[in-house]
Amino acid sequence: MRIILFAPLMVFFAIAILLWSALEREPGKLPSALIGKPFPEFSLTKLSAHNQYLSAEDLSGALALINVWATWCYACKLEHPYLQKLASNGIKIIGINYKDNRKAAIAWLERLGNPYSVIIFDEEGSLGLDIGVSGAPETFLIDKQGIILHRRVGILDQKVWEKEFSHYYSDSWE
Amino acid sequence: MNVFLSPEMGHIALIIGSCLAFVQALLPLAGSYTGTVRWMQMGRSLACGNLFFVFLAFLCLSNAFLSDDFTVRYVAQNSNTLLPIYFKFSAVWSAHEGSLLLWVLILSMWTAAVALFGSRLPLQFLSRTLAILGLISVGFGFFLLFTSNPFERTFPLPPIDGQDLNPLLQDIALILHPPLLYFGYVGLAVPFAFAISALLESRFDSAWANWSRPWTIASWCFLTIGIFLGSWWAYYELGWGGWWFWDPVENASLMPWLVTTALIHSLIASEQRGVFRSWTILLAIFAFSLSLLGTFLVRSGVLTSVHAFASDPERGIYILLFLSIVVGSTLALFAIRGPVLMSTSSYSGTSRETFLLINNLILTVAVAVVLLGTLYPLISDAFGLGKISVGPPYFNFFFVPLTFVLLIFIPLAMRSSWGNVSTKAVSSWLMQPLLLSLLLGLIGSTTLAYWVGEKGNSLLAIVTMTCVSWVFVMILKDFRDKIKSSSFTLLPVRYYGMVLAHLGVAITVLGAGLYAASGIQRDVKMGIGDYAVLGGYTFYFSDIKRDRRSNFSFTQAEIIVSKEDREIVTLNPEKRHYFSNPQTMTEAAIDPGLLRDLYVSLGEPLDDDHWAIRLHVKPFVRCIWLGGAMISLGGLLAVLDKRYRRRKICSQDRANLSVQSASEI
Amino acid sequence: MMHPLRKQRMQWICLILISTSVATALIAYMLRQNANFFYTPSQIAIGQAPLGVSLRAGGEVVVGSLKRAQQSLAIEFLVSDGLHSVKVTYEGILPDLFSEGQSTVVTGKIDDQNTLHAVQVLAKHDENYTPPEIAEMYENQGI
Repeated sequence: MRIILFAPLMVFFAIAILLWSALEREPGKLPSALIGKPFPEFSLTKLSAHNQYLSAEDLSGALALINVWATWCYACKLEHPYLQKLASNGIKIIGINYKDNRKAAIAWLERLGNPYSVIIFDEEGSLGLDIGVSGAPETFLIDKQGIILHRRVGILDQKVWEKEFSHYYSDSWE
Repeated sequence: MNVFLSPEMGHIALIIGSCLAFVQALLPLAGSYTGTVRWMQMGRSLACGNLFFVFLAFLCLSNAFLSDDFTVRYVAQNSNTLLPIYFKFSAVWSAHEGSLLLWVLILSMWTAAVALFGSRLPLQFLSRTLAILGLISVGFGFFLLFTSNPFERTFPLPPIDGQDLNPLLQDIALILHPPLLYFGYVGLAVPFAFAISALLESRFDSAWANWSRPWTIASWCFLTIGIFLGSWWAYYELGWGGWWFWDPVENASLMPWLVTTALIHSLIASEQRGVFRSWTILLAIFAFSLSLLGTFLVRSGVLTSVHAFASDPERGIYILLFLSIVVGSTLALFAIRGPVLMSTSSYSGTSRETFLLINNLILTVAVAVVLLGTLYPLISDAFGLGKISVGPPYFNFFFVPLTFVLLIFIPLAMRSSWGNVSTKAVSSWLMQPLLLSLLLGLIGSTTLAYWVGEKGNSLLAIVTMTCVSWVFVMILKDFRDKIKSSSFTLLPVRYYGMVLAHLGVAITVLGAGLYAASGIQRDVKMGIGDYAVLGGYTFYFSDIKRDRRSNFSFTQAEIIVSKEDREIVTLNPEKRHYFSNPQTMTEAAIDPGLLRDLYVSLGEPLDDDHWAIRLHVKPFVRCIWLGGAMISLGGLLAVLDKRYRRRKICSQDRANLSVQSASEI
Repeated sequence: MMHPLRKQRMQWICLILISTSVATALIAYMLRQNANFFYTPSQIAIGQAPLGVSLRAGGEVVVGSLKRAQQSLAIEFLVSDGLHSVKVTYEGILPDLFSEGQSTVVTGKIDDQNTLHAVQVLAKHDENYTPPEIAEMYENQGI
């Protein structure tokens, strides 16, 4: 008879394991295979001008954030004010306008302000595919040599900044 | 504003409170095993101290909100200067960190209540119960301090103004809904702790069930009010006229409610007859486990929900770990120490025991249905079967028949008596009410059909009215018989509570059933001067205007409703645009009434000055919440009953109890 | 002879076992019947999605594709995942956050013209992220 009393425990563990596996799938936890590797090669136009091409070389030279955004992405709108704040504090932010409409994106920036020093227009999402973007927003950190240091999936806000990014900047100032 | 109530002070108070809870978890427990009376007595003062410091921390956070201290990140994210003062206060618990602090505060309140009102409990039992509550408090205190500290400052860039409270949450019902729900969720920790203490002492007698009952009913009352308030809020604030959506967040509160309802009834049987003891213990464990699971599902973001709280997998891991430790170890304890001995009393197939057991079975199946429906998307994803969602048809398929079966058994359990009741005795008082309620059901649905059209005659309407009449007829008959043999004042308060709560259930079902059977809804395209006819009412679109209030601008339509050329009401549905948030809100306009609600909401603007408008006529929808109020009030009366306030168990009882518990070991 | 208490207990155990197994079977069946699977516009375009079965699809509402009927609230629009798009029809009020260029999740059935007749349209934005199905869809796209 006593063995029956163990049944609830077993059922509970089955549920707990299930919940655990669900957490493991959380997109915010995605590690990137690209960390420690140079930013992949590409040749895409600037958002502001459809005849000026950019490549990976244009990104290196200073510690910079690379922010993947799009006008169709609601969360990007929420993230935007904080990027503005970072930019006004002298942090270099490069934008990747991901699977978007050029006109809409320019209008978006005119309305909300532009925190980006330069924006890569990735209409087809080919660069996004190379760096393994799973959605927007996403933010990468690259160093002077263009090596990817960190990746953040989801919104970048004050808390994430302090926890995951700010120490890279304080190191470089020392 | 007030230097003493600074965020740092709050942080320190929270740390001290958690430390006190830690001591409270260890000392009385150790004392109960070594027999050190002084240590055991410490539990009560520690619980009060804990409450003091956690309350201080809560005051500090409220102060930060009321004084617009945007250097505190949590304040900056959830409040702004334009917000009216009562929303600034309710913003304290509008997001994760603050609502968790509220959770901890409420747990401290319950613990202190047990410490203060538990003087009739034996010291050893009380000290163990307090220690377990302290342990839970430590777990959540650490969760708060390490993963979600609400007192964090935003240096070096404090914003000038905050981001604003989510407009959906700027509502009066939402000021009250979370605290009430939390009082219910967290209150379940008390019967949970009682169950663990019982397992530790192998004490499953009727005294134990008697101690546990008022706490269980009290938290169940809060849970009931919280759930009904939430559904009322969803009805008028989400803007589209439903009252229950089978959303994961709603399910998370429904599951503990169902289990607690079962627990209340099984506790009665355990107290009165000494039956179902291990089942009762198990239900007490499940009730609190499901409220923890609810917290996990809402906070971890593993399930996406329309309520869309900010979620964070790291927090999910913490809650899951906590859940596994607390529930896992409790269930292991249950497996080792749970009562296996057979009950000493027998009962027949038509006794109250049987009916209560059937009630428990139905409620348990209902919980299983909700649990599996809620977790199935996770199961499917985990086994690579694809991304799915489970829709309301699944839940309705089970809930509608289960509810009716439950209604049939409710008065049977109330009317029958304990022990060996013969089938004849039952059937003798069954026939008359059965025929009467069938008759009432038919009359009711014919009347309804005359009033709202053919929908009133649907199977759902007939079954609803028959079952509801059955409950009413049986309960009133029982009431009359009881009054005859006794008198109004001699009947215990808990009897009135029971009658009121069960009539409340019937009323809620009446509202839900008739609304589902005969509610009508139409989406129409309307411009100024247009009119639409629905359910005998004429909706005339007379005007539309734009204006602004303190923190939003709005578009407001004016719709005049009339019936048979008599003007009834002017409704003003709105679309709101909040300044600090790129979000639009639909504010429905409702003309409430006991027999029907008229409900109009304004949809999106179409081309050429036309608007999409949703019109509803909802018969009896108010009954849903009226019943909810009756259920809660009934529960409240039951808690107030004298039998839970006996100061001490008299020595004769105690001697009996110790003999009884000794024989069980 | 069995002890009456024992007999009573056995009866209960049998009853409980039978009712739980019936309930479990029914729940499993209903879950299968009512589970709405998620498909991407590309999967629908190449015919991977079943016809006439309730399912969900999601993607971005193509800019400029929203058409309204003159007299009623009927609308149609295209939902795209960047590679293919699927035509969606719907009659009723759209949610507040629905607009062209935003992501949406629709529930409905597909007819033999590969048009999705939606019974529900959601424009659900997680506070912090694009809906996971949409995110995953973009991730898997082109592979």
